[in-house]
Amino acid sequence: MVASITNLGRSGLYDWVIQRLTAVILAVYTLFLLGFVIAHPDLQYSDWQQLFACTAMKIATLLALISICAHGWIGMWTIATDYIKPTGFRFLFLLVTAAFVFVYLVWGIDILWGA
Amino acid sequence: MLVSIYRYNPEKDEAPYMQDYQIDMPTGRDLMVLDVLALVKEQDSSVSYRRSCREGVCGSDGMNINGKNGLACVMPVSEATKGKNDKLILRPLPGMPVIRDLVIDMGLFYKQYENIKPYLNNDTPAPAIERLQSPEERAKLDGLYECILCACCSTACPSFWWNPEKFVGPAGLLQAYRFLADSRDTSTEERLANLDDPFSVFRCRGIMNCVNVCPKGLNPTRAIGHIRGMLLQRGV
Repeated sequence: MVASITNLGRSGLYDWVIQRLTAVILAVYTLFLLGFVIAHPDLQYSDWQQLFACTAMKIATLLALISICAHGWIGMWTIATDYIKPTGFRFLFLLVTAAFVFVYLVWGIDILWGA
Repeated sequence: MLVSIYRYNPEKDEAPYMQDYQIDMPTGRDLMVLDVLALVKEQDSSVSYRRSCREGVCGSDGMNINGKNGLACVMPVSEATKGKNDKLILRPLPGMPVIRDLVIDMGLFYKQYENIKPYLNNDTPAPAIERLQSPEERAKLDGLYECILCACCSTACPSFWWNPEKFVGPAGLLQAYRFLADSRDTSTEERLANLDDPFSVFRCRGIMNCVNVCPKGLNPTRAIGHIRGMLLQRGV
Protein backbone atom coordinates (compact mmCIF):
# COMPACT_ATOMS: atom_id res chain seq x y z
CA MET A 1 0.00 0.00 0.00
CA VAL A 2 1.49 3.30 -1.15
CA ALA A 3 0.39 6.45 0.70
CA SER A 4 -0.58 9.50 -1.34
CA ILE A 5 -2.30 12.72 -0.28
CA THR A 6 -2.35 14.70 -3.51
CA ASN A 7 -4.53 12.45 -5.66
CA LEU A 8 -8.21 13.37 -6.03
CA GLY A 9 -9.96 10.51 -4.25
CA ARG A 10 -9.24 8.38 -1.25
CA SER A 11 -7.97 5.46 -3.28
CA GLY A 12 -6.65 4.40 -6.66
CA LEU A 13 -10.01 2.82 -7.43
CA TYR A 14 -11.84 6.08 -6.69
CA ASP A 15 -9.60 8.06 -9.08
CA TRP A 16 -9.89 5.35 -11.73
CA VAL A 17 -13.71 5.29 -11.62
CA ILE A 18 -13.95 9.11 -11.57
CA GLN A 19 -11.62 9.37 -14.57
CA ARG A 20 -13.68 6.93 -16.61
CA LEU A 21 -17.05 8.36 -15.55
CA THR A 22 -15.98 11.93 -16.36
CA ALA A 23 -14.60 10.74 -19.71
CA VAL A 24 -18.04 9.39 -20.64
CA ILE A 25 -19.76 12.62 -19.52
CA LEU A 26 -17.30 14.73 -21.54
CA ALA A 27 -17.69 12.50 -24.61
CA VAL A 28 -21.51 12.75 -24.51
CA TYR A 29 -21.37 16.53 -23.95
CA THR A 30 -18.89 17.04 -26.80
CA LEU A 31 -20.95 14.88 -29.16
CA PHE A 32 -24.07 16.87 -28.27
CA LEU A 33 -22.30 20.18 -28.95
CA LEU A 34 -20.92 18.84 -32.24
CA GLY A 35 -24.40 17.64 -33.20
CA PHE A 36 -25.84 21.04 -32.34
CA VAL A 37 -23.27 22.86 -34.48
CA ILE A 38 -23.85 20.46 -37.41
CA ALA A 39 -27.64 20.78 -37.06
CA HIS A 40 -27.35 24.60 -37.21
CA PRO A 41 -25.17 25.40 -40.24
CA ASP A 42 -25.94 29.13 -40.03
CA LEU A 43 -25.42 29.36 -36.28
CA GLN A 44 -25.99 32.82 -34.84
CA TYR A 45 -25.05 34.22 -31.43
CA SER A 46 -28.73 34.31 -30.49
CA ASP A 47 -29.10 30.52 -31.10
CA TRP A 48 -26.06 29.90 -28.94
CA GLN A 49 -27.41 32.17 -26.15
CA GLN A 50 -30.81 30.50 -26.36
CA LEU A 51 -29.22 27.08 -25.99
CA PHE A 52 -27.27 28.07 -22.90
CA ALA A 53 -30.22 29.93 -21.38
CA CYS A 54 -32.03 26.61 -21.00
CA THR A 55 -31.68 25.25 -17.42
CA ALA A 56 -31.05 21.67 -18.61
CA MET A 57 -28.14 22.92 -20.74
CA LYS A 58 -26.79 24.89 -17.79
CA ILE A 59 -26.89 21.77 -15.61
CA ALA A 60 -25.25 19.67 -18.33
CA THR A 61 -22.56 22.31 -18.87
CA LEU A 62 -21.87 22.55 -15.13
CA LEU A 63 -21.61 18.76 -15.01
CA ALA A 64 -19.16 18.85 -17.94
CA LEU A 65 -17.21 21.64 -16.26
CA ILE A 66 -16.88 19.72 -12.98
CA SER A 67 -15.99 16.62 -15.01
CA ILE A 68 -13.22 18.40 -16.89
CA CYS A 69 -11.81 19.71 -13.59
CA ALA A 70 -11.77 16.24 -11.97
CA HIS A 71 -10.54 14.53 -15.16
CA GLY A 72 -7.87 17.17 -15.68
CA TRP A 73 -6.63 16.98 -12.10
CA ILE A 74 -6.33 13.17 -12.17
CA GLY A 75 -4.53 13.28 -15.53
CA MET A 76 -2.14 16.08 -14.57
CA TRP A 77 -1.48 14.43 -11.20
CA THR A 78 -0.56 11.22 -13.04
CA ILE A 79 1.77 13.10 -15.38
CA ALA A 80 3.38 14.93 -12.45
CA THR A 81 3.97 11.76 -10.43
CA ASP A 82 5.36 9.97 -13.49
CA TYR A 83 7.70 12.56 -14.92
CA ILE A 84 8.50 15.22 -12.30
CA LYS A 85 10.74 13.66 -9.68
CA PRO A 86 12.01 16.64 -7.60
CA THR A 87 9.37 17.19 -4.89
CA GLY A 88 9.57 21.00 -5.07
CA PHE A 89 8.97 21.14 -8.84
CA ARG A 90 6.20 18.58 -8.59
CA PHE A 91 4.47 20.55 -5.82
CA LEU A 92 4.76 23.75 -7.87
CA PHE A 93 3.37 22.02 -10.97
CA LEU A 94 0.44 20.64 -8.98
CA LEU A 95 -0.16 24.03 -7.36
CA VAL A 96 -0.34 25.75 -10.77
CA THR A 97 -2.64 22.97 -12.04
CA ALA A 98 -4.90 23.37 -8.98
CA ALA A 99 -5.02 27.14 -9.54
CA PHE A 100 -5.99 26.66 -13.22
CA VAL A 101 -8.66 24.09 -12.34
CA PHE A 102 -10.14 26.36 -9.66
CA VAL A 103 -10.14 29.42 -11.94
CA TYR A 104 -11.79 27.45 -14.78
CA LEU A 105 -14.50 26.21 -12.43
CA VAL A 106 -15.35 29.62 -10.90
CA TRP A 107 -15.07 31.38 -14.26
CA GLY A 108 -17.28 28.75 -15.89
CA ILE A 109 -19.95 29.09 -13.21
CA ASP A 110 -19.80 32.87 -13.58
CA ILE A 111 -20.29 32.58 -17.38
CA LEU A 112 -23.21 30.18 -16.92
CA TRP A 113 -25.06 31.96 -14.12
CA GLY A 114 -23.51 35.40 -14.07
CA ALA A 115 -25.31 38.50 -15.16
CA MET B 1 27.33 -11.49 -38.35
CA LEU B 2 27.78 -8.19 -36.55
CA VAL B 3 26.85 -8.30 -32.87
CA SER B 4 26.71 -5.03 -30.98
CA ILE B 5 26.73 -5.34 -27.19
CA TYR B 6 26.13 -2.79 -24.43
CA ARG B 7 29.26 -2.64 -22.31
CA TYR B 8 29.59 -1.05 -18.91
CA ASN B 9 31.96 -1.91 -16.11
CA PRO B 10 31.41 0.68 -13.35
CA GLU B 11 34.87 -0.03 -11.96
CA LYS B 12 36.58 0.97 -15.20
CA ASP B 13 34.19 2.81 -17.51
CA GLU B 14 33.01 6.38 -17.04
CA ALA B 15 29.99 5.80 -19.28
CA PRO B 16 28.36 2.84 -21.04
CA TYR B 17 29.25 2.22 -24.70
CA MET B 18 28.37 -0.24 -27.48
CA GLN B 19 31.05 -2.71 -28.60
CA ASP B 20 30.88 -4.54 -31.93
CA TYR B 21 31.93 -8.14 -32.50
CA GLN B 22 32.15 -9.97 -35.82
CA ILE B 23 30.89 -13.52 -35.31
CA ASP B 24 31.21 -16.37 -37.82
CA MET B 25 27.83 -18.04 -37.86
CA PRO B 26 27.59 -21.76 -38.66
CA THR B 27 25.81 -22.36 -41.95
CA GLY B 28 22.73 -24.47 -42.36
CA ARG B 29 21.24 -23.99 -38.89
CA ASP B 30 19.72 -21.27 -36.78
CA LEU B 31 21.25 -20.33 -33.44
CA MET B 32 19.60 -18.88 -30.37
CA VAL B 33 20.81 -15.46 -29.23
CA LEU B 34 22.34 -17.10 -26.14
CA ASP B 35 24.47 -19.33 -28.40
CA VAL B 36 25.75 -16.20 -30.15
CA LEU B 37 26.64 -14.71 -26.75
CA ALA B 38 28.66 -17.85 -26.01
CA LEU B 39 30.58 -17.29 -29.28
CA VAL B 40 31.15 -13.65 -28.27
CA LYS B 41 32.40 -14.85 -24.88
CA GLU B 42 35.00 -17.02 -26.69
CA GLN B 43 36.32 -13.83 -28.35
CA ASP B 44 36.07 -11.62 -25.29
CA SER B 45 35.74 -13.32 -21.92
CA SER B 46 35.01 -10.00 -20.16
CA VAL B 47 31.46 -9.80 -21.59
CA SER B 48 29.03 -10.43 -18.70
CA TYR B 49 25.50 -11.81 -18.83
CA ARG B 50 23.28 -14.06 -16.73
CA ARG B 51 22.26 -17.52 -17.91
CA SER B 52 21.34 -20.82 -16.38
CA CYS B 53 18.91 -23.36 -17.83
CA ARG B 54 19.30 -22.24 -21.51
CA GLU B 55 15.77 -23.44 -22.32
CA GLY B 56 13.37 -20.68 -21.24
CA VAL B 57 12.57 -22.05 -17.81
CA CYS B 58 14.77 -20.17 -15.33
CA GLY B 59 14.29 -16.63 -16.68
CA SER B 60 17.93 -15.59 -16.08
CA ASP B 61 18.84 -14.31 -19.53
CA GLY B 62 16.18 -11.68 -20.09
CA MET B 63 17.66 -8.87 -22.19
CA ASN B 64 16.79 -6.30 -24.81
CA ILE B 65 17.32 -7.98 -28.18
CA ASN B 66 17.20 -5.63 -31.18
CA GLY B 67 14.93 -3.29 -29.26
CA LYS B 68 12.55 -5.86 -27.78
CA ASN B 69 12.81 -7.57 -24.42
CA GLY B 70 13.08 -11.35 -24.55
CA LEU B 71 14.90 -14.44 -23.34
CA ALA B 72 18.16 -14.92 -25.24
CA CYS B 73 17.94 -18.72 -24.90
CA VAL B 74 14.63 -19.10 -26.73
CA MET B 75 14.98 -16.25 -29.24
CA PRO B 76 16.25 -17.53 -32.62
CA VAL B 77 18.76 -15.20 -34.29
CA SER B 78 16.76 -15.37 -37.54
CA GLU B 79 13.68 -13.97 -35.76
CA ALA B 80 15.61 -11.35 -33.80
CA THR B 81 17.38 -9.98 -36.88
CA LYS B 82 14.40 -10.14 -39.26
CA GLY B 83 14.42 -6.84 -41.17
CA LYS B 84 17.39 -5.51 -39.15
CA ASN B 85 20.18 -6.00 -41.77
CA ASP B 86 21.47 -9.12 -40.03
CA LYS B 87 22.76 -7.12 -37.08
CA LEU B 88 22.19 -8.20 -33.50
CA ILE B 89 22.02 -5.44 -30.90
CA LEU B 90 21.99 -6.60 -27.28
CA ARG B 91 21.31 -4.29 -24.36
CA PRO B 92 20.38 -4.93 -20.72
CA LEU B 93 16.68 -4.88 -19.78
CA PRO B 94 15.74 -1.17 -19.80
CA GLY B 95 14.95 1.02 -16.81
CA MET B 96 16.91 -0.92 -14.19
CA PRO B 97 20.33 -0.16 -12.70
CA VAL B 98 23.13 -1.91 -14.62
CA ILE B 99 25.58 -3.91 -12.52
CA ARG B 100 27.79 -4.78 -15.47
CA ASP B 101 27.23 -5.20 -19.24
CA LEU B 102 23.95 -7.14 -19.64
CA VAL B 103 23.54 -7.84 -15.92
CA ILE B 104 20.97 -5.65 -14.14
CA ASP B 105 20.10 -5.13 -10.49
CA MET B 106 16.71 -6.85 -10.04
CA GLY B 107 16.33 -5.61 -6.42
CA LEU B 108 13.28 -3.40 -6.98
CA PHE B 109 11.63 -6.03 -9.17
CA TYR B 110 11.93 -8.64 -6.40
CA LYS B 111 10.84 -6.08 -3.77
CA GLN B 112 7.58 -5.57 -5.67
CA TYR B 113 7.15 -9.33 -5.97
CA GLU B 114 7.64 -9.63 -2.21
CA ASN B 115 5.06 -6.84 -1.64
CA ILE B 116 2.22 -8.91 -3.11
CA LYS B 117 2.93 -11.79 -0.68
CA PRO B 118 3.46 -14.52 -3.28
CA TYR B 119 2.38 -17.45 -1.15
CA LEU B 120 -0.88 -19.07 -0.10
CA ASN B 121 -2.51 -17.79 3.08
CA ASN B 122 -5.18 -19.92 4.64
CA ASP B 123 -6.54 -19.39 8.14
CA THR B 124 -8.70 -22.53 8.22
CA PRO B 125 -7.38 -25.67 10.00
CA ALA B 126 -4.99 -27.66 7.83
CA PRO B 127 -6.57 -30.82 6.38
CA ALA B 128 -5.06 -34.25 7.03
CA ILE B 129 -3.63 -34.64 3.51
CA GLU B 130 -4.06 -31.66 1.21
CA ARG B 131 -6.33 -28.79 0.23
CA LEU B 132 -8.22 -30.05 -2.80
CA GLN B 133 -9.26 -27.97 -5.78
CA SER B 134 -11.86 -28.83 -8.40
CA PRO B 135 -10.59 -28.94 -12.01
CA GLU B 136 -12.51 -25.68 -12.63
CA GLU B 137 -10.83 -23.95 -9.68
CA ARG B 138 -7.44 -25.18 -10.84
CA ALA B 139 -8.13 -23.98 -14.40
CA LYS B 140 -8.36 -20.40 -13.09
CA LEU B 141 -4.60 -20.49 -12.42
CA ASP B 142 -3.72 -21.31 -16.03
CA GLY B 143 -1.99 -18.39 -17.72
CA LEU B 144 -0.86 -17.12 -14.30
CA TYR B 145 1.30 -19.77 -12.64
CA GLU B 146 3.58 -20.15 -15.69
CA CYS B 147 5.38 -16.83 -15.02
CA ILE B 148 9.13 -17.36 -14.54
CA LEU B 149 9.88 -13.84 -13.24
CA CYS B 150 12.31 -13.01 -16.05
CA ALA B 151 11.31 -9.30 -15.75
CA CYS B 152 10.92 -8.86 -19.52
CA CYS B 153 7.41 -7.43 -18.99
CA SER B 154 8.04 -5.11 -16.06
CA THR B 155 11.14 -3.62 -17.67
CA ALA B 156 9.16 -2.96 -20.88
CA CYS B 157 6.56 -0.98 -18.92
CA PRO B 158 7.00 2.83 -18.77
CA SER B 159 4.87 3.00 -15.60
CA PHE B 160 7.40 0.66 -13.95
CA TRP B 161 10.31 2.73 -15.31
CA TRP B 162 8.95 5.92 -13.71
CA ASN B 163 7.76 4.42 -10.41
CA PRO B 164 9.50 1.08 -9.75
CA GLU B 165 9.30 1.61 -6.00
CA LYS B 166 5.53 2.27 -6.02
CA PHE B 167 3.97 0.48 -9.01
CA VAL B 168 3.99 -3.31 -8.57
CA GLY B 169 4.54 -3.86 -12.30
CA PRO B 170 3.01 -6.43 -14.66
CA ALA B 171 4.99 -9.44 -13.36
CA GLY B 172 4.09 -8.75 -9.73
CA LEU B 173 0.44 -8.05 -10.58
CA LEU B 174 0.13 -11.25 -12.62
CA GLN B 175 1.30 -13.09 -9.50
CA ALA B 176 -0.97 -10.98 -7.27
CA TYR B 177 -3.94 -12.17 -9.34
CA ARG B 178 -2.60 -15.74 -9.32
CA PHE B 179 -3.09 -15.75 -5.51
CA LEU B 180 -6.35 -13.76 -5.63
CA ALA B 181 -7.76 -16.34 -8.04
CA ASP B 182 -6.62 -19.33 -5.96
CA SER B 183 -9.53 -21.06 -4.23
CA ARG B 184 -7.21 -22.19 -1.42
CA ASP B 185 -6.26 -18.64 -0.40
CA THR B 186 -8.40 -16.92 2.25
CA SER B 187 -6.70 -13.52 2.41
CA THR B 188 -8.46 -11.92 -0.59
CA GLU B 189 -9.61 -8.92 1.47
CA GLU B 190 -6.11 -8.14 2.80
CA ARG B 191 -4.59 -8.64 -0.64
CA LEU B 192 -7.09 -6.25 -2.27
CA ALA B 193 -6.72 -3.67 0.54
CA ASN B 194 -2.96 -3.75 -0.05
CA LEU B 195 -3.45 -2.93 -3.76
CA ASP B 196 -6.11 -0.20 -3.49
CA ASP B 197 -3.86 2.86 -3.73
CA PRO B 198 -3.20 5.14 -6.72
CA PHE B 199 0.09 3.42 -7.62
CA SER B 200 0.23 -0.34 -6.95
CA VAL B 201 -2.32 -1.39 -9.60
CA PHE B 202 -3.79 1.80 -11.02
CA ARG B 203 -0.54 3.14 -12.46
CA CYS B 204 -1.10 0.61 -15.27
CA ARG B 205 -2.38 2.56 -18.28
CA GLY B 206 -3.10 -0.59 -20.28
CA ILE B 207 -0.58 -0.05 -23.08
CA MET B 208 0.10 -3.81 -23.18
CA ASN B 209 3.88 -3.66 -23.67
CA CYS B 210 3.98 -6.53 -21.16
CA VAL B 211 1.79 -8.73 -23.35
CA ASN B 212 3.88 -7.84 -26.39
CA VAL B 213 7.16 -9.04 -24.87
CA CYS B 214 6.24 -11.94 -22.53
CA PRO B 215 8.36 -14.91 -23.69
CA LYS B 216 5.84 -17.30 -22.13
CA GLY B 217 2.89 -15.75 -24.00
CA LEU B 218 1.13 -14.63 -20.80
CA ASN B 219 -1.24 -11.68 -20.48
CA PRO B 220 -0.52 -9.47 -17.43
CA THR B 221 -2.87 -6.73 -18.72
CA ARG B 222 -5.81 -9.13 -18.51
CA ALA B 223 -4.80 -10.14 -14.97
CA ILE B 224 -4.60 -6.44 -14.00
CA GLY B 225 -8.08 -5.98 -15.48
CA HIS B 226 -9.35 -8.82 -13.28
CA ILE B 227 -7.77 -7.21 -10.19
CA ARG B 228 -9.45 -3.90 -11.08
CA GLY B 229 -12.74 -5.76 -11.45
CA MET B 230 -12.32 -7.34 -8.01
CA LEU B 231 -11.45 -3.96 -6.46
CA LEU B 232 -14.48 -2.42 -8.16
CA GLN B 233 -16.77 -5.16 -6.88
CA ARG B 234 -15.34 -4.68 -3.39
CA GLY B 235 -15.71 -0.89 -3.57
CA VAL B 236 -19.20 -0.50 -5.04
